Amino acid sequence: MRILSLAGRRLAASIPTLFLILIGVFLLLQLAPGDTVDALMAQMGGGDAATAQQLRKFYGLDLSVPAQLGNYLWHLVRLDLGFSSIYGKPVATVILERLPPTILLMTASLSFAFFFGLLFGVIAARGVNRWPDTLISTLGLIFYATPSFWFGLMAIVVFSVYLQWLPSGGFQDIGTVQTGVRGVLDIAAHLVLPTLTLGLIFLAIYLRIMRASMLEVLNLDFVRTARAKGLDETHVITRHVLRNALLPMVTLIGLQAGTMLGGSVVVESVFSLPGLGRLAYESVVQRDLNTLLGIVFVSALLVIVVNFVVDLLYARLDPRIAAEG
Amino acid sequence: MDLSRLEINRRTALLTSAAIAANVINPMRAFAQETPRKGGVFNVHYGAEQRQLNPSIQASTGVYIIGGKIQENLVDLDASGQPVGVLAESWEATPDGKTVTFKLRKGITWHDGKPFTSEDVAFTAMNMWKKILNYGSTLQLFLTSVDTPDPQTAIFRYERPMPLNLLLRALPDLGYVSAKHLYESGDIRQNPTNLAPVGTGPFKFVKYERGQYIIAERNPDYWRPNAPYLDRIVWKVITDRAAAAAQMEAGELHYSPFSGLTISDMARLGKDKRFIVQTKGNEGNARTNTIEFNFRRKELSDIRVRRAIAHAINVPFFIENFLGDFAKLGTGPIPSTSTDFYPGPNTPQYPYDKAKAIALLDEAGFKATGGNRFALKLLPAPWGEDISLWSTFIQQSLGEVGIQVDIVRNDGGGFLKQVYDDHAFDLATGWHQYRNDPAVSTTVWYRSGQPKGAPWTNQWGWEDKTVDKTIDDAATEVDPVKRKALYADFVKEVNTELPVWMPIEQIFVTVITAKARNHSNTPRWGSASWHDLWLSA
Repeated sequence: MRILSLAGRRLAASIPTLFLILIGVFLLLQLAPGDTVDALMAQMGGGDAATAQQLRKFYGLDLSVPAQLGNYLWHLVRLDLGFSSIYGKPVATVILERLPPTILLMTASLSFAFFFGLLFGVIAARGVNRWPDTLISTLGLIFYATPSFWFGLMAIVVFSVYLQWLPSGGFQDIGTVQTGVRGVLDIAAHLVLPTLTLGLIFLAIYLRIMRASMLEVLNLDFVRTARAKGLDETHVITRHVLRNALLPMVTLIGLQAGTMLGGSVVVESVFSLPGLGRLAYESVVQRDLNTLLGIVFVSALLVIVVNFVVDLLYARLDPRIAAEG
Repeated sequence: MDLSRLEINRRTALLTSAAIAANVINPMRAFAQETPRKGGVFNVHYGAEQRQLNPSIQASTGVYIIGGKIQENLVDLDASGQPVGVLAESWEATPDGKTVTFKLRKGITWHDGKPFTSEDVAFTAMNMWKKILNYGSTLQLFLTSVDTPDPQTAIFRYERPMPLNLLLRALPDLGYVSAKHLYESGDIRQNPTNLAPVGTGPFKFVKYERGQYIIAERNPDYWRPNAPYLDRIVWKVITDRAAAAAQMEAGELHYSPFSGLTISDMARLGKDKRFIVQTKGNEGNARTNTIEFNFRRKELSDIRVRRAIAHAINVPFFIENFLGDFAKLGTGPIPSTSTDFYPGPNTPQYPYDKAKAIALLDEAGFKATGGNRFALKLLPAPWGEDISLWSTFIQQSLGEVGIQVDIVRNDGGGFLKQVYDDHAFDLATGWHQYRNDPAVSTTVWYRSGQPKGAPWTNQWGWEDKTVDKTIDDAATEVDPVKRKALYADFVKEVNTELPVWMPIEQIFVTVITAKARNHSNTPRWGSASWHDLWLSA
């Protein structure tokens, strides 16, 4: 249980960090020229000064910056994320609506990248410097070097425009709203291309890490011991090497959960998915401070939770961590 | 860029308008060799979500493209660009121009079943057009009251003369009516109806999933006989332009309005038989590319420098090589599509002449020392690809005559704040969107006394009493002929002084499936109600 208290302490330490991040983002956004009323004017194609003044009052922008910040934090303490100026709804509602596609996409592509990264990493490490390794490493390099929006667009051109196998965008079929199993299948079909697009880049990273870490562990003394006591190669790999080689991979997942939230802006735009990434982008452009801060808050929470889980996984993979504390 | 198909479309457009002129009784016969087909779903590209959908409180194409099918205006424009009644059946103005009476159509109901009456018009005019609607609040500034002697009559009373032709050309955009019974209590801006609009139009609102789609379906009780043809309209939110082009090709979209795709995709789809790519149907949404000068810079307050800058830029070369057939040479703030007010090209113009530009700059006393005369900060608006290309072209052209240009890019909110509020620019470039009458959209760019921070207004630090007087006189002149003459004077005056230069004219480009019928048949079709639109099998 030592690991639990360790992780718990880290969790507690992240709360002040969270507040600092929120205040930082708030102040940073004050530096950007223009506010949400300017953005609205840009969208409307014009408006007079009296209207602008009314709107500023309406959005609470007539207050001073410290007063606005104070207001925001006071609401936050009471777990109120405020009101979104572009959506005209509470920020919590807006984010909750947008969270499922993002979480689904994130989980799907992380699992895809993790599973195949692991598999290909092991294959490459076992055949190091022979053709499977060269092939996998080259492919990995190509995936890593290709920008994801290009991947996405090419996938649309091939699979949606020419082959017409998969829908080119959106989260579900609008014409006929499906329910039950059909509904799940419909959403799954819409997520295939975005998952692959987002997952391929991470796959490339995972397989490189996995390959390197496998090679390192394979040369350690305990592996030689295992082989010396007569275990067959598969047994050595799965029971002894893999478990130890997994540690860097798990660390990486914790780190990249955050990156993936950010990286999904591009994929969500290309595939017209109503996710958190696009919401964040929109709130920056529209200067919707409350929504943006809300997203930062929720993303930070997600990252904290993922890292908490990673901490627990460490202990499971390597009992020494729990023992030492 | 091969735009031959676009050429053909323009030619057919001309032929079609000739056909309409020859066939006044039933203009539709010229198109309709086939029998209109009922049914079908029309999928529309929706590039930028707005905060709400009610066109009575927000005048922008992003709202009309949806709200314009659900709610209706008093007046719209017909195929030849003349005002035609929608909710209003007829209208007349008193000779002094201070009273305008609208007779409303009978037997129209709102989508919720309540009858539409003059009370709705009066409420919308006084509480939305006059108080909230952008451009509307300027247009209706001197509106004092709207009387409703009976449910079919609305009498607009003005403190100062309101030219009838100005009102009728403004109302297609600024004359959408909302239901009084849904808005009379509470804050209009926060009314939930704004996101689930209720109107009198051919389509009824069904559902809005933010970030995904909006659905509207046929209104079975619509007042026009046999309309509408479509079962449903679905607007799909697609922010990525390249992805939208791919969806057009995959057949998942039927229509991308208002230049929603990239210039290269529009040119490419124009060669594909499945699509029609044209500017027809958007004449009412003309825009000009600008160069806005900040007179607070002493160099730019010198008229020779402003003229030199205009002479230094080869506009025809830019149009031919970067914009292709989607644009043409502009001659001033009133575009040539404005048949009622275009003064012709015989106003002061600044054709490309590098030697003259250099001579003017030398004469103004700004000698080139070490190649550079002075440096300017150029702020391009982020609205379109063309503005970005144009700003780079300005930079390079001015570099040739010894003016160093530094481009500072911002997003929308940032651009408006820095240019129109902080005045932190030397040159700015963006679009001036012409809204069918100079008094609605254009004169604010030149009239002095604009409050600081009002976007797309005279924030140049420039004031000219003569121009101010011409603008004021024209705004209240009730005689259409005299009004047109006043606007011709206005264009001459501002083209002489050049506080803003508007050398390129553009019309939005429509990309639509070749299966669509009765499309693009009015000058503001993207915003129109689509009651007669149908899809062939």
